[in-house]
Amino acid sequence: MANLIAKSASDGLLPLQIGGLTLTDATPACITAVAPYPGQQPAVATALKKLGLDWPAANCASRSAKALCLWSGRSQVFVINVVPAGLERAAALTDISDGWSALALEGPAAAAALARLVPLDLGAAAFPEGASARTSLGHMQLLLHRSATQRFTLYVFRSMIKTAVHDLETAMKSIAARAAAR
Amino acid sequence: MRIAGKGIIDRAQTVGFRFDGRDYTGFEGDTLASALLAGGVRLMGRSFKYHRPRGVMTAGSEEPNALITVGQRAASVPNVRATVQEIFSGLEARSQNRWPSLGFDVMEANDLLAPFLSAGFYYKTFMWPKSFWEKLYEPAIRRAAGLGALSGLHNDETYEKAFAFCDLLVIGSGPAGLMAALSAARAGADVILADEDSRMGGRLLAEIEDVGGQPGHLWVEGVLAELASLPNVRLMTRTTVTGAYDGGTFGALERVGLHLPNPPADLPRECFWRIVAKRAILASGALERQIAFPMNDRPGVMTAGALRAYLNRWGVAPGRTVTIFANNDDAHRTARDLSQAGVRIAALIDVREGVAQTGDWPVFAGAQVIGTKGRLGLREITLRTASGTEEKIETDCLAVSGGWNPALHLACHTNGRPQWRDDIAAFVPYSGMVPGLEAAGAANGAMSTAAALAEGLRSAEHALAALGLQPKSPDLPQAENGGARLQAYWEVPNAEGRAWLDYANDVTTKDVRLAAQENFRSVEHMKRYTTQGMAPDQGKNSNIGALAVLADATGRGISETGTTTFRPPYTPVSIAAMGAGGQGAGFAPQRFTTSHKAAAERGAPMIEAGLWYRPSYFPRPGEASWRQSCDREVGLVRNRVGICDVSTLGKIDIQGKDAGRFLDFVYTNTFSTLAAGRVRYGLMLREDGLVLDDGTTARLADTHYLMTTTTAAAGLVMRHLDFVAQAFCADWDVRSISVTEHWAQFAVAGPLARELLNSLLDAPLDDAAFPFLSCGRVLIGGVAARLYRISFSGELGYEIAVPARYGEALYRDLVARAESFGGCAYGMEALNVLRIEKGFITHAEIHGRISAFDIGLQGMISQKKDCIGKASSLRPGLTGAEREQMVGLRPLAAEKAFGAGAHLFEPGAQPVSANDQGYVTSVCWSPTLASHLGLAFLKNGRARHGQSVRLVDHLRGTDILCEVTNPVFFDPEGGRARG
Repeated sequence: MANLIAKSASDGLLPLQIGGLTLTDATPACITAVAPYPGQQPAVATALKKLGLDWPAANCASRSAKALCLWSGRSQVFVINVVPAGLERAAALTDISDGWSALALEGPAAAAALARLVPLDLGAAAFPEGASARTSLGHMQLLLHRSATQRFTLYVFRSMIKTAVHDLETAMKSIAARAAAR
Repeated sequence: MRIAGKGIIDRAQTVGFRFDGRDYTGFEGDTLASALLAGGVRLMGRSFKYHRPRGVMTAGSEEPNALITVGQRAASVPNVRATVQEIFSGLEARSQNRWPSLGFDVMEANDLLAPFLSAGFYYKTFMWPKSFWEKLYEPAIRRAAGLGALSGLHNDETYEKAFAFCDLLVIGSGPAGLMAALSAARAGADVILADEDSRMGGRLLAEIEDVGGQPGHLWVEGVLAELASLPNVRLMTRTTVTGAYDGGTFGALERVGLHLPNPPADLPRECFWRIVAKRAILASGALERQIAFPMNDRPGVMTAGALRAYLNRWGVAPGRTVTIFANNDDAHRTARDLSQAGVRIAALIDVREGVAQTGDWPVFAGAQVIGTKGRLGLREITLRTASGTEEKIETDCLAVSGGWNPALHLACHTNGRPQWRDDIAAFVPYSGMVPGLEAAGAANGAMSTAAALAEGLRSAEHALAALGLQPKSPDLPQAENGGARLQAYWEVPNAEGRAWLDYANDVTTKDVRLAAQENFRSVEHMKRYTTQGMAPDQGKNSNIGALAVLADATGRGISETGTTTFRPPYTPVSIAAMGAGGQGAGFAPQRFTTSHKAAAERGAPMIEAGLWYRPSYFPRPGEASWRQSCDREVGLVRNRVGICDVSTLGKIDIQGKDAGRFLDFVYTNTFSTLAAGRVRYGLMLREDGLVLDDGTTARLADTHYLMTTTTAAAGLVMRHLDFVAQAFCADWDVRSISVTEHWAQFAVAGPLARELLNSLLDAPLDDAAFPFLSCGRVLIGGVAARLYRISFSGELGYEIAVPARYGEALYRDLVARAESFGGCAYGMEALNVLRIEKGFITHAEIHGRISAFDIGLQGMISQKKDCIGKASSLRPGLTGAEREQMVGLRPLAAEKAFGAGAHLFEPGAQPVSANDQGYVTSVCWSPTLASHLGLAFLKNGRARHGQSVRLVDHLRGTDILCEVTNPVFFDPEGGRARG
């Protein structure tokens, strides 16, 4: 009988430490897309409440001790690290755990490094801890979450992880080189 | 020469550099221009058309003459302005557009031909014989005229792009910009202060004047120290704001590593910023203009303000005996400053009558310069006094001032037209030309320091009010408050000789008058006829002067004549910066399948499919060409078993009570009646009735479907479904999401496919319960997988999908098992051959102009229901004998190869477009049928099976006869797949 070995998308690419910045694999245990059917959002919100999660507004996120809920599109959120059971009637649930890979970029200059790739104001006022946005990382789709003041979690398509790591590495090196040249 | 005790740069640091192979030294803070002037170098370039010797004219980014090439080989950068390039230890700079040397340039002969090379000469002179233009004249003219050249080598240096955001962007750090930034910063606004110079301060670094009771540059230092200490301020030096765009977005180019001797390897050379600002203040100052007089282009002729900058900032006197020629009071400061520094002032020539003596030098009021001498540098000028007599003056530097033009370019970037102001004889911007942007200081026509400071403060208060912040305005410091006192004066009249307007493109007053004479009277027409304003300086030095001459020539006012359109970028921006990150593979993201490493280890060359990389074929020892590998892979799939990664096909998860109804609407055929556990082939149309995509959709459960799309159209179909769901079915119980990336999926195809799977799966397949077009859940080592019995090869085939984390392991396992069964991994080449043999379509066939009828699938458009595109598909012209219909092609001589893109003709017809009967979309060598095969679209093709057509490929030189056949060449009954 076969025994399939599981592999992370960023296998062999991470971790990276460049200057004061680190880039690590932050792929969560599971990601479930939750898309309420028409009129079912209140019911879904109530059910998520039991998991300690609020239904997030567009481009927002909610968190509990264990789980995370990121708005991911019209009438759709990603519930991360817990499997939201009991919602099958009210929402389409789709396991997309392996479709998205997550990277954590951490350090004092994390926002400055991302400013090379993400076209959003990531300043502490405009994008504080807990903020989330569906945006782009260079030419790639990105679901961005500021998981701590100096830590961003970046959810990208699994197949594009190599380009994502490369682009982030380039930005990290640039930030480090600017600091060295100063 | 360097003047002792003058300038504000640090003379403790000596810097060595090279120009045209000679060693020079300068000081830290020098530009290449200031250091060369200090070294006595006046000749820095050759002009564009006439190859005339040229020297530096300005001290800023507007420099038209001193364009040089910096760096070596691949890293060399042409057309760098010597006034912008900072010197650093090891800098290598070269002059341009000259041969063999700057001092002796054989193309200077062009200058003697000047009478024949006036504006538009190439439209008239080089027209005959006609064919000579493209082959001889144009290449010769292009070689003779020019700027610096690119190296032609691949440059892998790093460039960068970045985004920045702020409440207030202040463009320019002169008195107005500093005052604006300071007051906005104190009020708590997020401020970006950007200046293209390496040092902030603007004209305050170039003038001898007090601000707030201290020398201007010290006041600057105080303000900058406060700004640097504030967390809400970002100071961006060496950053030129190059364009104003919609929504408060500005483009800006930062020179990051261009001034450093040994920059860190990862330091970008330049960074192209996109700055989004809620408000912006344009404090970009003003640019001094020349006066047109005969032979006004010699090295040593400069702007009067540039002379003060070189003297007061860099401690350099560009000449030993300086003459001043002006129409305003401002230029008199040049005489004052130089004289105080010990430089001899030969004369001050002012076109205005009754100008007072301001110092110990001869003043010629109401006089003009009417000629100059000096081949490689100014030696002598001729002036005409108020009484009309002529005098010659020996001088090696002429400081000219025709007044100042506000640097209003950014304000015009969204097509606002500036307004003329008579008192300063210049165009000024008005509020609202770019929404949210206000000009202040000299950029707004406020030409004294005091007025600039006041406007800076006022504009900051306006911005703060718009931002909802309370101003905490600093007190206005005391400063110089002289007026412009200028007499509009553009061109010395009644004087012999060429008078340059546009130095960079060698355009003279005569050219502009010629344009007017030939009826190119609009300023836009004049510009294009003469090329005035089309050089790298974009007319910054010549625009207003040229249109004043045009206004005069056409008998109109300047205001009425108007300016040409100022467009981004304000200064040249390297493509490398705008395209940063896009070199080589950085052009687009790369998508890799989970099996990529395993395939690469087997030596498979990769082929790009959209952003994906897919193995082309898997070479084995002894196979000399792709064809051998491909033929073997096809044979093994037909006879044993093959494995192919098909994860790149789009997979869309569709759920909800109305999922079946939704699929009925987007597909031409019916899916609501499909039983759970079954798969059906579906065809999807666009709104216009042509084919959008095809693929299989599985009903996983009652309210749960899994659609597959082609690789090419995965994103397109997802977007289409989102649109249809939102626009037409908003209240339906249906939700869809892409799961392409979640599942790794592999085709297992061939007569031994079932045996192979049974060796792998936790429980063997019950064949009777899992016939062709079934789907279901299976377990592999406890991992839940999805199994589909579908076939793109025509063989007994399955596709098995596991969560992507297991993809690599499953692929390696499948291939190993296939090899044990005598099979192999197969790539895109074999996949293509297998599907052509079966007549299966890809986007080579459904390329966007194809109807369901064309591919013989009109029967799939259900009569019982409506679907997207159905009504349009019934339009006349989309069906019938006149349509090109899909057919198979077999060459009458089986070994004759042909290519996709070839066209089809009647056997006796001339192979010309009028006789075109169709075209070939896909071709292959079929090892199964031992023949070349093709899929093609042929007029009335389905009725022509068995007939011959002439296949002609004009590009590849093919001309053969083919038999038209059914497109399904192999196993037309499909027994093997059902097997």
